Amino acid sequence: MCLLKARQGCILPRPPNMENMIKVKERLYKWLFTILAFASLIFLVGIVIVLFKEALPIFKKVKALEFIFGKFWYPTYDPPEFGIFPLILASVWVSVGAMLVCVPLGVGSALYLNEIASHKQKAVLKPLVEILASIPSIVYGFFGMVVLAPFLQNLLHLPIGLCAFTASLTLGIMATPTVCSIAEDALSYVPKSFREASFAVGANRWQTLVKVVIPAAGSGISTAIILGMSRAIGETMTVLMVAGGAAVIPKSFFDPVRPMTSAIAAEMGEAPMGSDHFHALFAIALILFLITFVFNVIAEAISRKYRIKLGLSG
Amino acid sequence: MRKDIAQKIGFSFISLCMFTTVLFLFAIIYFIGSRGIKVISWEFLTQAPRNAMTAGGVAPAIVGTLYLTLGAVVFALPLGVACAIYLNEYSPKSYIVNIIRLSINNLAGVPSVVFGLFGLAVFVKFFGFGVSILSGSLALGILVLPVIISASQEALLAVPYSLREASLALGATKWQTIRKIVLPAALPGILTGVILSIGRVAGETAPILFTAAAFYLKGYPKSIFSEVMALPYHIYALMTEGAHPEQQTAIAYGCCLILLCLVLFMSAIAIFIRQRQRSHYYG
Repeated sequence: MCLLKARQGCILPRPPNMENMIKVKERLYKWLFTILAFASLIFLVGIVIVLFKEALPIFKKVKALEFIFGKFWYPTYDPPEFGIFPLILASVWVSVGAMLVCVPLGVGSALYLNEIASHKQKAVLKPLVEILASIPSIVYGFFGMVVLAPFLQNLLHLPIGLCAFTASLTLGIMATPTVCSIAEDALSYVPKSFREASFAVGANRWQTLVKVVIPAAGSGISTAIILGMSRAIGETMTVLMVAGGAAVIPKSFFDPVRPMTSAIAAEMGEAPMGSDHFHALFAIALILFLITFVFNVIAEAISRKYRIKLGLSG
Repeated sequence: MRKDIAQKIGFSFISLCMFTTVLFLFAIIYFIGSRGIKVISWEFLTQAPRNAMTAGGVAPAIVGTLYLTLGAVVFALPLGVACAIYLNEYSPKSYIVNIIRLSINNLAGVPSVVFGLFGLAVFVKFFGFGVSILSGSLALGILVLPVIISASQEALLAVPYSLREASLALGATKWQTIRKIVLPAALPGILTGVILSIGRVAGETAPILFTAAAFYLKGYPKSIFSEVMALPYHIYALMTEGAHPEQQTAIAYGCCLILLCLVLFMSAIAIFIRQRQRSHYYG
C-alpha cells in the first residue's frame, strides 16, 4: 500500500490503465511461479503413485510378508519364487560395510578441514572433496571392478574379487564426500564462543573437539551419516558392477551378493512388461523408495531440531 | 601430559582420514588417466565403433550424452529457477511452502534407479515416447531438479536484501525487481548450479538404462524420439556384455577418462566461478 501511495506522488505518474496492466502482470507472474514451484511435489507424488500402481499386482499373487521375508528369488523359474529377503539382506550388508568405511573417513576429514587445515589447505582440500563427490557412480563401479577387485583378491586371497566386501569399500569411498561435506557444514555452525569457553577453562584443542564441538554438532553429524547411508543403499551402478550379483543369502562378507538396486537394474531389461517379474521389480523399488524416504525424513527432523538448538533459523 | 598425547594421537588419526580420502581421489584419477590416455586418439573421439565394439571410436556415445544432458538441463533449468524464485521471493510463510521444501529434499534422496523406473512407466509406457532421448532427458531432468533448485535458492539468498529494497523504493514492482536486479545478481550462482548438474547428469546411468540407452546403434540419433548411445551406459555395456573382454576393457578405460575429464572440467569451472563470486561480495 505505501508503495502505491509513494508512486502516486512521483514526478511522472503512470496513466491508470497502465497501472492496472502492471498489476495484472504482477499477479500473473506470481501465479506462474506458484504453479511451477509445485513441480517437485508433483514429481514426488507421481513417483509414489507409479510405484504403488505398478507394484500392487504382485501382492495379489504373493503375500506382502512372503515377498519381503521369502528366502528365494527365482523370478524366471517355473513356478517363480518372489522372495526378496536375500536382496534386502545384501543391501543392508553392503551399506553397513560402506558406513564402516565412510563414517570414519568422512567425519575424520570434516574434522581435519574444520580443526587442523589452514586457510590455504582448506582452499585446496575442499574442492578436492567436492570433485570426489562429483565423480559419476559408473566410474566408481568401473574402478572397483578393474582396480580394487583384482587388488583385494590378490591381497586377501579371495576366491572371487567381485563380492560384498569390495562393493562396501567402493561404496564407502563414494559416500565419503557426502558425509564429509554435510558434517563439515555442521561443524562450522558451532558458535565460536563454545570453543573459547572451553579453552578458557584450560582444555586443549583435542579435548575441546571431543567434549564440546562434536557434541554440539552431533545431530548435524548424525544427519550426515544418515544421508550417507541413504546414498549407499540407493546406489545402483556401483553395486551392479562390483557386488557380484548372486541372489542368495550371503554367508560371509566375501560372498557375491545382489542388492535391491542392482536386481532392478539388471533384471528390468529382461522382464516382459506387465509380467509378474516386472511388477515384482517395481515392488522392490517401492520398498527401496520407502526406506530412503524414512531416512530422509529422519535426517530432516534431526537437522531442524539441531538448528533450533544452536539458535539458527530453520 | 596425558591430554597432549591424546591430542597428538587424535590429530594424527583425523589427518590420516583426510589423507586417505584425497588418496582415493588421486588413485581413481591416476589409474583411469594413465590407462585411458593410451586409448584416446582423434579417431577414438570422432568415429563410430567397429568390429563388434572392439575397435573404432565412441563418437555416437559422446554425442548421445551431450543430447541427453542438454535435454535434461533445458527441462530442469526453467522449472528449477522458477521454483527457487517462488520459494525465495514470493513464498508466504505457510505450510504449503514447508511441504514443497520437504518434497524437494526427498526428491533429492530418491535412488537414481527409481527415476529410471518412473521414466519407464510414465514417459516410455504411459505417454508413449518409447525408449528415446526425450524419455531419458525427462527422467534425468527430474533427477537434477533438486540440485538446480537448491543451487538457485542459495544464489538468490546471497543477493543482499538492500538491493531489493533500493529497487522497490524507486517504484519498481516485485517482478521488475526480480528480473532486473535479483536475477542478474544471482546469475553466477545459478550458473554454478547448472554446471554442477551437467556433470551429474552426464554421468548418471541408472535413469537411462530403460528409458533411453542402447548398446549399439548404426549412425547418430535422428530425432528426439530415437534411441541413443550414452557414455556411462556404454561403459557398463562394455564391461558386462560382448565376447572380447580385453579390448572392451581398454575402450571402457577411454570412455571413463572422457567422462572423468568432462566432470572434472565442469567442477573446475564451477569452483572458479564460485571463488570469484565470493571475492566479489566479501572483498
